[in-house]
Amino acid sequence: MKTALKLAFRNLIGAGLRTWLNVLVLSFSFVVIIWMNGLMAGWDYQAKTDMTNWQIGGGQYWHEQYDPYDPFTLTESHAPVPAGFSDELARGTMEPILVVQGTIYPEGRMQPVAITGIRPGQEILMIPTFALDTVVTDAVPAVIGAVLSRNMQVKEGDRLTMRWRDANGMFDATEILVIKVFSSNVPAVEAGQIYIPLEKLRSMTLLEDEATLVTFSDSEKERQDAGEWVHKSKDELTAPVDEIIKTKTVGQSVFYGILLLLAMLAVFDTQVLSIFRRQKEIGTYIALGYTRREVVGLFTVEGAMHSVLAAVVAALYGFPFLWWQAREGWTMPIEASEFGMAMAQTLYPVYSAGLVIATVLIVVLVTTIVSYLPSRKIAKMNPTEALRGRIQ
Amino acid sequence: MENNAIITIKDLTKTFPMGKSSFTALEGINLSLGTGEFSGLIGPSGSGKTTLLNIIGSLDTPTSGEALVLGHSIGELSAKQAARLRKESLGFIFQSYNLLSVHTVFENVEFPLLLLKMGADERKKMVMDALEWVGLTEKVKSKPPQLSGGECQRVAIARAMVKKPSLVLADEPTANLDAANSHNILQTMLKLNKELNTTFLFATHDEKVIGYLRRKIYLLDGKFEKEERVGEDEVELKEVESGRRLSK
Ligand SMILES: Nc1ncnc2c1ncn2[C@@H]1O[C@H](COP(=O)(O)OP(=O)(O)OP(=O)(O)O)[C@@H](O)[C@H]1O
Ligand SMILES: [Mg+2]
Repeated sequence: MKTALKLAFRNLIGAGLRTWLNVLVLSFSFVVIIWMNGLMAGWDYQAKTDMTNWQIGGGQYWHEQYDPYDPFTLTESHAPVPAGFSDELARGTMEPILVVQGTIYPEGRMQPVAITGIRPGQEILMIPTFALDTVVTDAVPAVIGAVLSRNMQVKEGDRLTMRWRDANGMFDATEILVIKVFSSNVPAVEAGQIYIPLEKLRSMTLLEDEATLVTFSDSEKERQDAGEWVHKSKDELTAPVDEIIKTKTVGQSVFYGILLLLAMLAVFDTQVLSIFRRQKEIGTYIALGYTRREVVGLFTVEGAMHSVLAAVVAALYGFPFLWWQAREGWTMPIEASEFGMAMAQTLYPVYSAGLVIATVLIVVLVTTIVSYLPSRKIAKMNPTEALRGRIQ
Repeated sequence: MENNAIITIKDLTKTFPMGKSSFTALEGINLSLGTGEFSGLIGPSGSGKTTLLNIIGSLDTPTSGEALVLGHSIGELSAKQAARLRKESLGFIFQSYNLLSVHTVFENVEFPLLLLKMGADERKKMVMDALEWVGLTEKVKSKPPQLSGGECQRVAIARAMVKKPSLVLADEPTANLDAANSHNILQTMLKLNKELNTTFLFATHDEKVIGYLRRKIYLLDGKFEKEERVGEDEVELKEVESGRRLSK
């Protein structure tokens, strides 16, 4: 084996330009696969972090009727916050949020929204609720996300009519004043929601002390006294992100699958050509004491070694590139919010040792197989004809 | 000489399939070669010289009859055993040198020793010795494409000789060389034959080679035709003559 490695290495380096072209294409596959996977991992991490920071905190308790995907549940999904939470509520490690179905009328159009009551002083979520702590005499102060602002052409300082139903099903209306428009990377908090002070919403709807969900900051803490409220862990709430990323990753795999295929075609082609052109050399190896099977081994090692050289070359330019990407991030050429999913404009790839090792193993394995397949032909060669270079 | 025979061939026949029929390349060959002989298979093109040499070299097998080489019956060896025989005991020299073109002279000559799994120090010493025999110590780092035909064939001789094999098989070693180079490499081989007592078997129709042979085995249409033996003195004499011819 050591001899084969030594010989294969000499042959490969000796083949010159052709070797380096193959190696370059292969190394490109290495870097792109690692980069794209890193990007996905980075996106996943970032999306989860953003979601944690802006939407879910350390986890949530939901009213048993609450279903964020079904606005009609909102009429039923509210109840007084469990008494056992009062300590944490007082300390600010828990925040009650009341969500009520409502309608706004920007420029006369009708737009359903989720009116979200939240304490202005809350510190669990990054939504700038502090802005709600403004004294407005003739309107309700409101904070909205950039997506809603863009979709409805509503700016900071604009006034809108808002309508809702109270606990008795009676319609009421008031004017709201948009105090602040915020940007996050989390479409769910930006679109279709209007944040107003919790106490204001409670009195508007006659739902004193009630909430739809409760966000908490301490995900480790065990709480027994939640009553009918359903505990939702951070992992549970961020699971949809994994799903989205997984679907995206499948799409990406097609791309680097094609790249890998091209690299493999190059190696395969080189192998086929080698076996055809180097018949005399093959005959010589046999005359000098190799068996045909050992020559198959030699040629396989030689082909597979492309991937080893490629790994080295990939490390040379890939390491600085990947490191630079991880630091500077990759800014998408299109507006990220258009994706309609949690995605920052600039993604920072995250690489794991597992990712790098798996990529190297896969590429080396595939290259070995692709090198072996054509080399099998050597085992059927007649050594005397190989020596004469006569095989067609 | 018959007692320490290195090659014994009995009633050897070789046929190649040719479509539905077959072609008989060798028929009823009987031959015995002793250790230290400097002999050759001589005959016109197509007479079966290469075919016989390949069988003796365990690169091919007889169709019938027997070829005993260094005590091994060629037809009965497994691929592995045949490879081992070549690796340990046989040296090959080809008409077109068959050097590994991307490897240096040193690496080419080192190759058989790598196969024998020798240590680096031992390899280096043996390679340098072999290159000294053929007078190419200056060219260790060159690659075959940078060498002349004569130099290439000398590298090939060094490669065949480096492990001091019992038997060297040389198929038309001078066919691509001019007269001066042909004599030069023949002298080299004759010298090695004498100093190391290596058995040489050539296949040739080159008069220059034939002039050096001490035993000439003539083949015609795949059959043994005749044999001539030459006393050692006559070969020496021819050497001197050829030397004189060269200096003219
Ligand atoms: N693999 C093969 N299949 C069919 N016929 C073959 C094969 N190898 C050799 N022959 C035939 O056997 C005969 C002897 O061939 P061989 O190569 O031994 O001749 P040779 O004496 O070495 O000739 P040359 O001086 O031209 O090298 C030739 O007629 C050749 O065509
Ligand atoms: Mg021949």
